[in-house]
Amino acid sequence: MNDLAIRVENLGKQYTIGTSPERYQTLRDSVANTITAPVRGFRRRFIKKEALSSAGGRGKKDSIWALRHVSFDIHKGKVIGVIGRNGAGKSTLLKILSRVTEPTEGLAEIHGRVGSLLEVGTGFHPELTGRENIYLNGAILGMKRTEIEKKFDEIVAFSEVEKFIDTPVKRYSSGMYLRLAFAVAAHLEPEILVVDEVLAVGDAEFQRKCLGKMSNVAQEGRTVLFVSHNMSAILRLTEETMVLEKGEVVMRAPSRTAVEQYLSSGYAQIGERLWTRDEIPGTAFPFYPVAVRIRDPHGRVVDTVRSVDPFTIEIEYHLESPITGLRVGIYLMTTRGEFVFTSFDTDAPDQYDEYRIRAAGKYTSRCHIPVDYLNEGSYVVGINASTYQIKRYFQDEQVLNFTVDPSGAPGMQWAEPRLGPMRPRLDWQIENTKEGAKTEATPARIDFDQNK
Amino acid sequence: MSQTTIPPNTAEEVIYLRPSHGWSALNLRDLWRYRELIYFLIWRDIKVRYKQTALGAAWAIIQPFFTMIVFTIFFGRLAGVPSEGVPYPIFSYTALLPWGLFTKALSDAGRAMISNRAMITKVYFPRLVIPIASVLSGLVDFSIAFIVLIGMIFYYNNVPGEYDPITVTPAILTLPLFILLALVTALGVGLWLSALNVKYRDINYIMPFLTQFWLFITPVAYPASMVPEEWRWLYALNPMTGVVEGFRWALLGTSSSPDPMLAISTAISILLLISGLFYFRRMERTFADMV
Repeated sequence: MNDLAIRVENLGKQYTIGTSPERYQTLRDSVANTITAPVRGFRRRFIKKEALSSAGGRGKKDSIWALRHVSFDIHKGKVIGVIGRNGAGKSTLLKILSRVTEPTEGLAEIHGRVGSLLEVGTGFHPELTGRENIYLNGAILGMKRTEIEKKFDEIVAFSEVEKFIDTPVKRYSSGMYLRLAFAVAAHLEPEILVVDEVLAVGDAEFQRKCLGKMSNVAQEGRTVLFVSHNMSAILRLTEETMVLEKGEVVMRAPSRTAVEQYLSSGYAQIGERLWTRDEIPGTAFPFYPVAVRIRDPHGRVVDTVRSVDPFTIEIEYHLESPITGLRVGIYLMTTRGEFVFTSFDTDAPDQYDEYRIRAAGKYTSRCHIPVDYLNEGSYVVGINASTYQIKRYFQDEQVLNFTVDPSGAPGMQWAEPRLGPMRPRLDWQIENTKEGAKTEATPARIDFDQNK
Repeated sequence: MSQTTIPPNTAEEVIYLRPSHGWSALNLRDLWRYRELIYFLIWRDIKVRYKQTALGAAWAIIQPFFTMIVFTIFFGRLAGVPSEGVPYPIFSYTALLPWGLFTKALSDAGRAMISNRAMITKVYFPRLVIPIASVLSGLVDFSIAFIVLIGMIFYYNNVPGEYDPITVTPAILTLPLFILLALVTALGVGLWLSALNVKYRDINYIMPFLTQFWLFITPVAYPASMVPEEWRWLYALNPMTGVVEGFRWALLGTSSSPDPMLAISTAISILLLISGLFYFRRMERTFADMV
């Protein structure tokens, strides 16, 4: 018997560029476009047909393959992670599998009812109450009315908004809104669940709750395809992970291996990551990242820093219009997927006050990492630009990689690797507690310098 | 594989996703499966429509009622347009009911794909659900406005005047058919417009013009009998002619009973619906990428 849940064969999706930048056109362009639109429409249709008939072959100049030559099988009951950088084709893959859009070539075969969560709260109407939105959103996600009725209390309890269930959701805080939205989505019970980055919402506690719910879903024997930038969520929830790169599956391996490979396959070996405008999603407006760099104490851009030297992570960006409460920050992660820290440029109260409203213009935010801070190994820098509980303008959890060289760090007299991402130089006191043999507190480093 | 939790393979549904070309089947089975979504979308439209308006559902009455007053003054009184033996206000209001249903359905359906963009790009459901729901949700406004017509008929029947009282005839039983014809026409045109609007936003500008133009070629303010006999067949190509004349016949007993003209109107209306359905299905596959 066939126990396949999803079979994908040579799947590809081509997008025509030039449809998206239309919002930047001038009035004159729009007039010209309006007049020529029908003509172009017809021409495009015919040209497309031609291009397709030549065996889906040569790409046109103004089109890109968001996904190409993707083939894989997923067996029933498996929980598979999908990781990859922004624009690697993850969302396109999910959109095809959840039938939102059609592939341009290839075939996908899906055995069973698919539920897709590409976004939480799809179709929520601000004027409707929480109760009404549960029904509406449930129906949009493909739930039957009786099914929603049966789970209604459970959904409300999960969302923790009981008191406001008859209040229009436009009066909800963004946290409440997201909780309610996720609660509905979490109670969807399809045979195959396709989930995009929906766990990256809400506060930390609610995220934990969502992750818990997700792992329950996984244990119930349903097939799950789970896209995330959150490596620890991937590691926790999935057994196997596919890595997408430039629209192709470059690896499929047990999650731990895949994550490690993915994080250490640095794109920017030169310690710098640059963005061009068309790489940045439209949702980032008005925040546009320009570059992220690692600089050594001499100001050189490097990809390896010494543990005993300070270094700087700088984020260069452009604000097209002022943002209130903007915070630009970094995540630091090991290539094994453990977070080391998260830090924002307005963490300090006085900075926070000074940049309450950040005017439009060019900025560079620099984060100084002190000496004796990181252990040897590879690290990943991610960036986040957001306004707390309002909007996340831009986030990329794998912007660039760098390596920490441990020479001169504490404990180097022993060649063994040290556990943990940090390698601080801490003060130790060694006290001989035998009567009368009290030693003065001596900084440990003196001993090491003598290299006994 | 345990047979208790997972249904046997014979019952299992397999979906094949592959590029489609040319015309596709309507897939009405899928549409039927999502009938509850149609219900919920209509319900949402109705719930939300008059939120935060001072007059609320009264708007459903105000629009046709004031149009009727304007028509009565300018066409009925000043221009002296004949009204086939019933008071002109009733004559025009009876036509404004299906007309309002039609134009509202048309403009809602035309805009529906754009206003539901968030859903279209994030969730799968048969896209036909959206224009169907927006056409059907007009029925509520229609029903409210219909009550006013009943009131008007009572009023005119009890005021002594030059007109014979209006009585209910068995013809009223055909009214649902004319409502259906109005809906079918609106859905047919609405499907074309909504599918085109995804690609060409020009439709937004065409719609007001289209409905205005259409009003003149429909016997709302004047009786169809004013149109010269030799041009009637051309006039009947407009399905709304059949609807409006049918309404007057069913409710007021005016106009002639349905004749070959109605057959032409119905045929055109069904043609619009079927072509609209197929065109919509054909364009559907690009909606999520283009909307």
